[in-house]
Amino acid sequence: MDENTLTIDGEFGIYRAAELKPQILAHVIDIDEPVLALGNITEIDAAGLQLLLFARREAANRGKRLRIGSASPAVEEVLHVAGLSTDALEEAVP
Amino acid sequence: MNEYEQAQQTFFEESRDMLRQIEDALLALESNTHDDETLNGLFRAAHTIKGSAGLFGFDRIGGFTHEVETVLDRLRAGEIALNGDLAALLLESGDHIGHLLTETADGIEQSETNAAGAALKSRLLAWCPSAGAGALAASTPSAPKASAPERPWHIAVDFGPSIFRDGMDPLSFIRYLGTKGDVIGVTTRIDSMPAAETFDPEICHLGFDILLEAQCTKADLTAVFDFVKDDCELRITAPDAEVERWIGVLQGMPAHGKRIGEMLVNCGAVTQDELSRALATQQDSQGVPLPIGELLVAQNSVPDQVLQVAVTRQRDQRTEESRFIRVQADKLDSLITLVGELVIAGAGANLLARRAGDPRLLESTQVITDLVEEIRNGALQMRMVQIGETFNRFRRVVRDVSRELGKEIDLEISGADTELDKSVVEKIADPLMHLVRNAMDHGIEMPDVRVAKGKAPGGLMRLNAFHDSGSIVIEVIDDGRGLDRDRILQKAWERGLVPANTELPDEEVFDLIFTAGFSTAEKVTSLSGRGVGMDVVRRNIEALRGTVKLSSRPGEGTVVSIRLPLTLAIIDGFLVSVGPASYVVPLDMVVECIELPESTPNGASYLNLRGEVLPFLRLRDVFGIDAPPPVHHNVVVVRNGATYAGLVVDRLLGEFQTVIKPLGKLFRNLQGIGGSTILGTGEVALILDVQALIDSATRNAARQDGTTRREDTAESTFGPAATSSTEN
Repeated sequence: MDENTLTIDGEFGIYRAAELKPQILAHVIDIDEPVLALGNITEIDAAGLQLLLFARREAANRGKRLRIGSASPAVEEVLHVAGLSTDALEEAVP
Repeated sequence: MNEYEQAQQTFFEESRDMLRQIEDALLALESNTHDDETLNGLFRAAHTIKGSAGLFGFDRIGGFTHEVETVLDRLRAGEIALNGDLAALLLESGDHIGHLLTETADGIEQSETNAAGAALKSRLLAWCPSAGAGALAASTPSAPKASAPERPWHIAVDFGPSIFRDGMDPLSFIRYLGTKGDVIGVTTRIDSMPAAETFDPEICHLGFDILLEAQCTKADLTAVFDFVKDDCELRITAPDAEVERWIGVLQGMPAHGKRIGEMLVNCGAVTQDELSRALATQQDSQGVPLPIGELLVAQNSVPDQVLQVAVTRQRDQRTEESRFIRVQADKLDSLITLVGELVIAGAGANLLARRAGDPRLLESTQVITDLVEEIRNGALQMRMVQIGETFNRFRRVVRDVSRELGKEIDLEISGADTELDKSVVEKIADPLMHLVRNAMDHGIEMPDVRVAKGKAPGGLMRLNAFHDSGSIVIEVIDDGRGLDRDRILQKAWERGLVPANTELPDEEVFDLIFTAGFSTAEKVTSLSGRGVGMDVVRRNIEALRGTVKLSSRPGEGTVVSIRLPLTLAIIDGFLVSVGPASYVVPLDMVVECIELPESTPNGASYLNLRGEVLPFLRLRDVFGIDAPPPVHHNVVVVRNGATYAGLVVDRLLGEFQTVIKPLGKLFRNLQGIGGSTILGTGEVALILDVQALIDSATRNAARQDGTTRREDTAESTFGPAATSSTEN
């Protein structure tokens, strides 16, 4: 993993939201081409989804494009329910 | 107006007449489906409307009526039978033709009317499968938009900030929606998410737009979010088809006395929660509150077009009602109270005039008394309503309940124009409902049982009302299995309500059903055919100064008769006195006055009235009055229904109008007194509860007789008199 990639493991939800928000924000601010690796996420809820959308918005606000390095089935499912996909997440904010 | 316009005018008027005929015929046919003459009349009326509409080139009317006519034609040919659904549909269609007539006459064409027409048309088409839809559509200019691809439900939901902390996952609601239908698209919004620094990731800023294809109602979808209903903002936009359905329901809904919000909730367009929210907004708003309909539209609870239909419906209804003035009931009540005081004051003036002995003064007070009486009658008349409206509500009840029970039950209404006080009508509806449901549920047998007993398979409920001696009598009659007298008595013995193995007359046995402990007994339905809560029915009726009696013949049915006073406020009384005390007997119950024969022994409790037995009571004894007795006693013969009795008093003081003042709680349990009133002199007179006194007199006489003489002996003695006077 290179320094462009922030890896989030295990549970990605309300219990870790407060802890992960500063990390994600810092990553998006510091890195020119930020990548999120979500391949090892076992559980994700709407709070996690909200953080992903937050990351995308913050990147876009800074003229950057967020990329999703990998996504576990749990992540794919939640994105699907929300009418999204990894590709859709990488697209510019509508 | 030129000739053509005049002809048009005639068409509108005639068509309205035809519509009324159609409606009457449909209602008549519902009770007798095989009446060919009525069927033909129905068809002809529709045909005439269609033909005349074509003549004037009113294609909207002609086209729609054509559909109705087609169904009626099949009905006439016997290809289909008139059932409740079809009758309801045809009645709605009649209403729709009415709307079309109005719009055509006004030269307007409203899209919601067209939508409603399209909805009705598709329902009508369901009754004639052979007819080609295409050919029919060609005859109507307002083609339905049913062919357009159906729009899905649109659910926009914004979750509240605390939803994560409450342990709820908004996504689970979307997953759950998936079980209600096909989720065909979701958009996730984070519009309300604040800037990065202030964004708290534990606070929810998510919103979703969900497109759902589902066969369900708005209430079903709202229910999905019930769990978080206080914690999310929900806006549901219905598909066109659903909106049309709402409009259809609204068009067919009687708007009588309904509020807009209520109509919208009833048709399914608005949920109760949405209405509550709008009402809260309305209350919180400063200044002039917005109409509830506009608030509902503003909060996206209902499409504007649906609201407009509801508003139009309500307005139509209002114009129909414009012959009436709506007056607040309490204004009328205070008027009646005042008239009551006027009556008392008038009586006082009359008394003074009589004492003064000035003939001119006497004459003028007499004129005033007459006028006051007219005013009183007029004021009371304003409160009088026909009982028919209450009865008619039961048509629907009987129809629905009999379907539910799998029984065929018809309702026959008679005496619908009998009038009684509005406050009485309002309070009698519930007990009546109870009695009617009971009779249908337990009284009337299943069709096969009836056939086995040699009865017609269909049961008959009858509601009847008539005036009788200052009361109104309401009868609930069924032709069911009747009450099982022996088993009721058996049960009463078992429960210790009656000393074991004591025989009772039928009437008293049936009366047991009204006993509180009895009617809630578990096996009461199989036992007596009467269900729970008859004690409540009796209590409600007695609270209205009424009585309730049952009569029944095994296998033939049961009659429940409720006797109620016409009004609760004022009565015509007959004033009598015993010693220093004055009493008022309700005049309607007074039959005649006689002198007590001097030969009557002191302890006797009945006398011979022209060869008939008349039980009597000495009010002197009843109320324990010590004053020295007069030389001659008078007897006031009173009757309640078919029972007669005499009340022995000192003096007869004549007719007297009086306002009933209820007795305080302390005196509620006094036997024989129904209320009090104030005399012109300022003294208090007690109003006698004649029924209780008659009962007591009959009991005394029976006891003295030394036999268990049944009350109806007295009844049969007076039989002919009773029957002749009950006709009115």
